[in-house]
Amino acid sequence: MMTLFQPGHFFYEVWIARGVLLSGLAITVASAASIIAIGLSVGILGGLCLTYAARPIRWVMRAYVDVVRGTPVLVLIFFVFYGTAIIGIDVSPFVAGVLAIGGFCVAHTAETVRGALESIPQAQSDAAKAIGLGFWGRLVHALGPQAVRRALPPWINTAVEMVKGTTLLSLIGVVDLLLAAQQAVSRSFMAMEFYGACLVVYVVICLGISQLGALVERRLAYIRY
Amino acid sequence: MQYFFNWDVVWRATDKLAYGLVLGLGMATFALVVGSVIGLASALVLTSPKLKALHRPVRWYVEIIRNSPLLVLVFFVYFGLPQAGIRGLDNIGSFVLTLTLYAGAYMTEVFRGGLASIPARYIESGMAIGLSGRQCFFFVTLPVMFRIVLPSLTNNLISLFKDTALASAIAVPELTHTARWINVQTFQVVEAWTSVTVLYLVVSYLIAFVLRRVERRYAVIR
Repeated sequence: MMTLFQPGHFFYEVWIARGVLLSGLAITVASAASIIAIGLSVGILGGLCLTYAARPIRWVMRAYVDVVRGTPVLVLIFFVFYGTAIIGIDVSPFVAGVLAIGGFCVAHTAETVRGALESIPQAQSDAAKAIGLGFWGRLVHALGPQAVRRALPPWINTAVEMVKGTTLLSLIGVVDLLLAAQQAVSRSFMAMEFYGACLVVYVVICLGISQLGALVERRLAYIRY
Repeated sequence: MQYFFNWDVVWRATDKLAYGLVLGLGMATFALVVGSVIGLASALVLTSPKLKALHRPVRWYVEIIRNSPLLVLVFFVYFGLPQAGIRGLDNIGSFVLTLTLYAGAYMTEVFRGGLASIPARYIESGMAIGLSGRQCFFFVTLPVMFRIVLPSLTNNLISLFKDTALASAIAVPELTHTARWINVQTFQVVEAWTSVTVLYLVVSYLIAFVLRRVERRYAVIR
């Protein structure tokens, strides 16, 4: 039993690195939460712009969404990370990375919201108009609730992608779970154990969110048009 | 701070950029093709009642891969497997292996969906003209399924191409790695990253444009 915690054993190395591993996990969770918060708040606004805004605004938004969705997240991260330094804005790698992935999440969320809103039959909007609701009234009381039901399953997929995307922060030096594991590897040379354990943690988090999404999808399956 | 634009640094790296682009496209295409074979096999296992014993391992493969970050998989395969005695893969080989396994899991879902959405009347008509089960599979099910999943294949090729950016983390000289190289060598940050972004965008939209035409040509008549 005692040999498990002798130097050279995986458990011993994990115990030695517990501080950095736990703070790495905290950074991963914090970055994922901030990215999803940015994506959700700005993305919903963006989706509304894509669907209802005046043409010039819609075009700008469309260009943004198409460019960001057509670029690898890693390139966006490096662009923001090195770009902010060049124009003299001093931000930490964490902030630069979260802004970059957050911007990516905004584009995906906006597209999901637009798709959900546009897939609602015209009759719903007409009916809401007929009972005298204004634009915001229609949005909040008639279209919004239906759009949420349609957007939620694909959006939860996006959320999982964002959690997976936080690993890219390690490439600009943010000590997230992956970089913490990497540091532990460079001391212990236990690459398989540490990356394997890291994989398990990410799979547990993402599978949890996916299962939640599947549950939501089943609960909403009764809605048919 | 003053910043002077100098696009020469990009032009001077044209050969490196071209090599990176071709390498990225090559890795993505290979992963798509071999991943499709894996995906088709897994999807057939999942839809076959005879192979029930294999359902669970295949489901595990798909769920684990789809819920793990590609970068962690890349590190696991590149740094972890040699430790377990599996050697002989350089960085490109190990990245391609990872991307292929990754693509295989996603393609399983694509093909499973494709198989499920074949209208029953196609197979019934096949049976009605006297095709055997095997003939029905090769001459009816497979061709119809490929037509149904063609748009997903396009999307997957594009997202795999974007995923090849992660190969730069293990020093594979593809586009992102080249951009970092230009960046570090010259400090012309904006030029390096803008040119690579434009390349990714143009190639992605070009793939989409060309393959959308192919899709229209083979659109399913339902």
